[in-house]
Amino acid sequence: MRRLAEILAPVLLIAAMLGAWEVACRAWHVPTYFLAPPSAIGASLVADAPGLLKAAGYTVSNALMALVIASLIGQALALVVTLSPILQRAVQPLTVVLQVTPVIAIAPLVNIWAGTDHPGRAIVALATIVAFFPIYSGAVTGLKAVDPDLMRLFDLYGATRLQRLWRLRAPSAAPFVLEGHKVAAGLAIVGAVVAEFVAGSGKVQGLAWRILDAGYRLQTARMFAALFVLGLMGAALYALLQWAERAGLRWWRGR
Amino acid sequence: MIAGLCDVGVDYARGSALGPFSLEIAAGEIVALVGPSGCGKSTALRLLAGLEMPTRGQVVRAAGRGETAVVFQAPTLAPWLSARANTALPLELAGATRAVAAERADAALARVGLAGAELARPAQLSGGMAMRVSLARALTTEPKLLLLDEPFAALDEITRRALADDVLTLWADIRPAIVFVTHNVEEAIYMASRVVVMTKGPGRTAGEVAVAGSLPRPPEFRTGEAFRATVETVSQALAQGMAT
Repeated sequence: MRRLAEILAPVLLIAAMLGAWEVACRAWHVPTYFLAPPSAIGASLVADAPGLLKAAGYTVSNALMALVIASLIGQALALVVTLSPILQRAVQPLTVVLQVTPVIAIAPLVNIWAGTDHPGRAIVALATIVAFFPIYSGAVTGLKAVDPDLMRLFDLYGATRLQRLWRLRAPSAAPFVLEGHKVAAGLAIVGAVVAEFVAGSGKVQGLAWRILDAGYRLQTARMFAALFVLGLMGAALYALLQWAERAGLRWWRGR
Repeated sequence: MIAGLCDVGVDYARGSALGPFSLEIAAGEIVALVGPSGCGKSTALRLLAGLEMPTRGQVVRAAGRGETAVVFQAPTLAPWLSARANTALPLELAGATRAVAAERADAALARVGLAGAELARPAQLSGGMAMRVSLARALTTEPKLLLLDEPFAALDEITRRALADDVLTLWADIRPAIVFVTHNVEEAIYMASRVVVMTKGPGRTAGEVAVAGSLPRPPEFRTGEAFRATVETVSQALAQGMAT
């Protein structure tokens, strides 16, 4: 009963808000270019479905590719800096600057480097930059979050540096790395969308471009439809990684 | 002598933590270290294990690498490894093959009464069982020197007594020298043939009390007249050590 209520509560809230929105649009004769009613958005969703799906595929595949690259680079760099504290000090200001600089500010520069013929590369590069930090910092934190007594035990039995890294530090880091990936997945989508906005040409056919394009034509219903798909996609990716994190932790802890 | 501390002192940034302190451990004997919190008992144990170097004085370690084992206050198991893999770890780190290590780990687990729990993960074990895995891990290498740092402190009284008896039974099998740190005077006397009482930090020897009777203890040991008298003697030495 309580479980049912928990599932129903958000559904009811959203339904009520949509209802109020529809009624308000009709009652006050709001022009559709200013605020499209949910019914028009729904119609646009259905009519545009093939195009929207293709655009979503474009955006999500860029984001996923960025996530994979960020994962590889982030974890590899974390491993390297764990072996050398001085290297970590050297790298730290760079990673922090990279993290605190808004991705939208770097986007035009990366666009130039990628070349106007290859906006896809710029999108993947920018999404990689934003997805990199949570994975890297999660891995670094995890690699250091080793039970000090377990460390002493490894000392006692004369473990080599490599044994310490592979048999102690790396597995200790697993929960932190999983958490980092969950955060990074959401950020990769943000990065991909921001990069699409800046790239902004007809060559980039992702969801952001659809939002811009519909905006230029004052087709508000199409804008909402693209936003809706974007939100759904982000939520789905988050849910997927949440599930992966739980499954990973269950395997790690054995229950 | 299997291990010893000779006038050792340890200084940390915040001041002296131990010493001057001396201790000799003969092969196969059980020595208990008792003393107030912060007196440097655990530091003394780490010196004996070779996990720390003294600021002054000398540490004698006749037991080589792999012949010294430590059991910490917490079970200190790797959560991602099964009981078997945790127990096999010291052997694998020393280069034993996986099969040999697993076989000896299973034997060690059986010896602490955990046959059948080889594949369980630490999260699935009770506190007492996890401590037994920790003990099994320490025993796989058949150490000559076993160092126990308040190993039962986090357990309830019943589990605590059961584990104390287990340790004594295992000792009777393998006969390692055991040095163990505890806050509990009765436990110290029950388990050790010699109780070394330390002063408040930086710890020195406040007194040493020999415990009569053979190990392992008969069940009536805890209720005997001699036991009560020894508890009294050690408690007085502790009180003196606090005062100085």
